[in-house]
Amino acid sequence: MPAEIPADSIGLVTPQTVVFSADLALECGRSLPGYALVYETYGTLNAGRSNAILLCHALSGDHHAAGYHSMADRKPGWWEHLLGPGKAMDTERFFFVCANFIGSCKGSTGPASANPETGKPWGLDFPMVTVRDWVKTQAQLADHLGISQWAAVIGGSLGGMQVMQWAIDYPSRLRHAVVIAAASKLTAQNIAFNEVCRQAIMTDPEFHGGHYHEQGTKPRRGLSLARMIGHITYLSDDAMRTKFGRDTRGGKAFSFGFDVDFEVESYLRYQGSSFVEHFDANSYLYITKALDYFDPASAYGGNLAEAFISAQARFLVISFSSDWRFSPERSREIVQALYTCNLDVSYAEIEAQHGHDSFLMPIPQYVSVLSAYLGRIAEEVQA
Amino acid sequence: MKLRTDLAIIAEWITPQSRILDLGCGEGELLAWLRAEKGVQGYGVEIEEARVVAAMRRGIPVIQQDLDQGLHNFGDHSVDTVVLSLTLQATTYPRALLLEMLRVGREVIVTFPNMGHWHARWQLGIRGRMPMTDALPHTWYDTPNIHLCTIRDFESLCHANGIVIHQRIVLNDQRRETWLNRLLPNLFGEVALYRCALRAR
Repeated sequence: MPAEIPADSIGLVTPQTVVFSADLALECGRSLPGYALVYETYGTLNAGRSNAILLCHALSGDHHAAGYHSMADRKPGWWEHLLGPGKAMDTERFFFVCANFIGSCKGSTGPASANPETGKPWGLDFPMVTVRDWVKTQAQLADHLGISQWAAVIGGSLGGMQVMQWAIDYPSRLRHAVVIAAASKLTAQNIAFNEVCRQAIMTDPEFHGGHYHEQGTKPRRGLSLARMIGHITYLSDDAMRTKFGRDTRGGKAFSFGFDVDFEVESYLRYQGSSFVEHFDANSYLYITKALDYFDPASAYGGNLAEAFISAQARFLVISFSSDWRFSPERSREIVQALYTCNLDVSYAEIEAQHGHDSFLMPIPQYVSVLSAYLGRIAEEVQA
Repeated sequence: MKLRTDLAIIAEWITPQSRILDLGCGEGELLAWLRAEKGVQGYGVEIEEARVVAAMRRGIPVIQQDLDQGLHNFGDHSVDTVVLSLTLQATTYPRALLLEMLRVGREVIVTFPNMGHWHARWQLGIRGRMPMTDALPHTWYDTPNIHLCTIRDFESLCHANGIVIHQRIVLNDQRRETWLNRLLPNLFGEVALYRCALRAR
């Protein structure tokens, strides 16, 4: 709990919900009979409506990007380090919007929501959703908010994929695209990790074919394992060595048994079990599938530059040296495609030791790059 | 906004509305001028963090990249002109880079400090010390400039690699073009500026 809200925080924020009642046609061919989006906003929309920036969250993220919901909150939003008054993403200049995507479990419609036909949770009957579908719902949210063009759309990891999809699907509706620690498609290795995570969940005896809610249970072990695997891939070897090394828990001698000996084991178990309390296993399945399916170049014979052919946004691409989940090489592929398309693109490769999670951290060079780029956008849109 | 003399000459050589790459773009002053005054679509390439940020603040598209790793991410003839301003001498593979530039652009503009300048010759030939000049202010043991050359050296490299020199301007230590530089460029020129292309096959 914050005894008092830090001066550089946006402070207390209240999520809002908008319900779209019309059918939403999805990329998979099915449709959703209406849906709800929960979102938060930070800062003030100017009279010209030119200073709005959309933030896209990653796999386990949500609409709560900054600030606190109440004085009882233990932690602020996931991008608190970078988003707030006077910060790299400056709420005194821009109006930020962050929405939880459908298929997730943080308030927007997802597999844990009630299926209107049965009145029971959708479970695995929920239609498959894709990055493209998410962008479509975000465009409907923009319409609802009266924002015809974003000054920028910004996202990290899976969020960065949504940013690229925005530039492809709605070329005139964003001026700038900021793609952080992302890739234009997953590698076989990435998909393999996702599949192990899904198998961990689906083979849990408490999974019940995805209808665990009705059984009053949930696949705790499976989801917890999935999170542990995910966590390993978000951190770098170096970061783990620095953080845990081979330290034993409490400095104790080996137990010569199978309980926790090392700090890293204890950390992973804690991450796994706490994740289970606030994340829905089915959502994890749906979101990892959306990650696997994302590949805008596939419709163009694998040529990413062709996929960007209609894009108009100016791009900033950022990668982190120790990120092996979405390595700098993957970002350079995006940069190369954008350059080939004659689009304005800037690229920064940040020296950082925190692996994929670096995009959440206030690394000085990262902060400088974002501040410089957004400062320029602010001048451009008179924010 | 007024450009430094050597940059102003480069700017003059660039075709309006063309697409260019500025390697080692620094804080992007040349590109900013060209975008504003000549409608040029330009990208900077720069390795140093603070300069990347400064170029972004100017609104210049800048790609953080090490020139010693090559230009493989830029397609053949993907720009009209590739500029390498006062950077050639600091690269690990100057010849390879020059040839890469000629692959990416139809024309290249290269500028470098001339080690044949009388002041450098005086320091090495008479005083027996490694030269330190205004254009090359570093001590031999702490310098980014690892591949120094003279005007004659550069031209012989061009000759040996089928590179045609379209234009050359040589500036003296006051960054001026005088009759003396024109007469004896390798002796009185401190900075040399070249416009080159590959010989048509």
